[in-house]
Amino acid sequence: MSTLTLTVRDSGTMLRRNLRHLQRYPAMIFYLAGMPVIFLLLFVFVFGGTLGAGLGGGRAEYLAYVVPGILLMTIGGAAAGTAVSVATDMTEGIVARFRTMAIARAAVLTGHVLGSVIQTFVSLVIVLGVALAVGYRPTPDPVAWLGILAVLAMTSFAVTWLATALGLVAKTVEEASNTPLLLTLLPFIGSGFVPTGSMPAGLRQFAERQPFTPIMETLRALLTGAPVGHHIWWATAWCAAIALGGYLWARRRYNAR
Amino acid sequence: MITATGVRKAYGDLTVLDGIDLHVPAGSIFALLGPNGAGKTTTVQILSTLIGADAGEIRVAGHDPATEPDAVRAAIGVTGQFAAVDGLLTGRENLVLMADLHHLGRARGRRRADELLEQFDLTEAAAKQASTYSGGMRRRLDIAMGLVGTPRLVFLDEPTAGLDPRSRQMMWGTVRRLVADGVTIFLTTQYLEEADQLADRVAVLHGGRLVAEGRPDELKRLVPGGHVTLRFADGPALRAAAVALGATDVDSAQLSLQVPGDGSVRSLRAMLAALDGAGAEVETLTVHTPDLDDVFLALTAKEPAR
Repeated sequence: MSTLTLTVRDSGTMLRRNLRHLQRYPAMIFYLAGMPVIFLLLFVFVFGGTLGAGLGGGRAEYLAYVVPGILLMTIGGAAAGTAVSVATDMTEGIVARFRTMAIARAAVLTGHVLGSVIQTFVSLVIVLGVALAVGYRPTPDPVAWLGILAVLAMTSFAVTWLATALGLVAKTVEEASNTPLLLTLLPFIGSGFVPTGSMPAGLRQFAERQPFTPIMETLRALLTGAPVGHHIWWATAWCAAIALGGYLWARRRYNAR
Repeated sequence: MITATGVRKAYGDLTVLDGIDLHVPAGSIFALLGPNGAGKTTTVQILSTLIGADAGEIRVAGHDPATEPDAVRAAIGVTGQFAAVDGLLTGRENLVLMADLHHLGRARGRRRADELLEQFDLTEAAAKQASTYSGGMRRRLDIAMGLVGTPRLVFLDEPTAGLDPRSRQMMWGTVRRLVADGVTIFLTTQYLEEADQLADRVAVLHGGRLVAEGRPDELKRLVPGGHVTLRFADGPALRAAAVALGATDVDSAQLSLQVPGDGSVRSLRAMLAALDGAGAEVETLTVHTPDLDDVFLALTAKEPAR
């Protein structure tokens, strides 16, 4: 068998292992989806009337505005789950066993990443389901839906590689659960909850340039059927950079252990 | 199966292995004996490709772990302190996972898993998550996982540490069965009895160096022979016995004395006859034959044990 076939095969085995973990510990998904759901309800029903008025509409308009931010928050929150499961794996010693076996080096990490992307998608479906239940009515055509799926997939993939690296770097499982929480704050310091135009100068410049903003803008445009403009290129470039950086960092840390 | 010369490993200023030589013939049990922190686990980690050595020539199953790690990995099974089971998976799933990673194929892998469950007395617990297992069951599963790929060389790093006596006996039985099937075993332990019971050859590791190597009986010859301890009811009996046996090692406070002897029935009979002749009533009699504990203490302490 060629190296590639072996890598694919071993990664598949590791993915099955991670999916089984998910199946054994389903509470994890609800825990990860719970926070964005609470923020969604909080922002729509508590702040939504006032914030919606600021956008020139009402609660319904704010709901439509905030969904992309909540989706990114979901991806960021799921990253914490990834980092924790990677860090736990490293402390449990089963990874040491894998290292003494003739299996593809990348398989352990690839299994984690693919498993986590699937886990993230389950969370995204739950969050989107809640949004629809409280009256969210997006208007994309089938092509735009595919685009939304692609953007969410590449974002999850990129953030998951970064989270995997963070899980490998963390000295304790607690540390692994804390660091990625910063990712759930990024939608706030961007265009996730309010337009960046209302922010003071220094903050606004950061908010407009940080990676999550073009991703949220792309999603917002796709969900409302508006043109995506240059945002999609920035979003793709950021995702590629984060995925590559996370991958190289994770691989280096994994091989160094 | 394993040859190593001049293996060194240091972490910064801390020298863990200071040039050790090992030779483990195929089909034998080799025990690496040493106190905590002697470098046993480091040795296993180097031989099993987990970490690299700083210096030294190493061949494991005919390959260099540094340059051909996958060839070494294909021949070995590792278990012990740093290997582990997946607590969220069931016992059976853990074994099937190993079978899949060894590319055994679906049917063969499942057959092998069932075989090992049976062999390690885990069939009843096969469908339970490994996190619910007792220490002994976990260790058995751990070892079974290391055997899925039918390795020719098995590393057991402190396989019985923390096990109750019954589980320890079972583990020893397992090790003996493996060797009967032609597997080579590299074992580390801090229990001398374990090395004595199982190993064909024993090496004592202390402070990063091998301080002794040989068959268990050869090592036992390294320390002075055994002795018999006699204890008496009162002072007069003790003194009478000391005169009758010509004993010099007398402890008046304990009312006991020690005489050299190997504890054979003939020598004991002669000793008791001499005591009867002197009218000295013996309370208790203890025979002490040198064991690996004496060797260990003698070799790892600055002053000799006795």
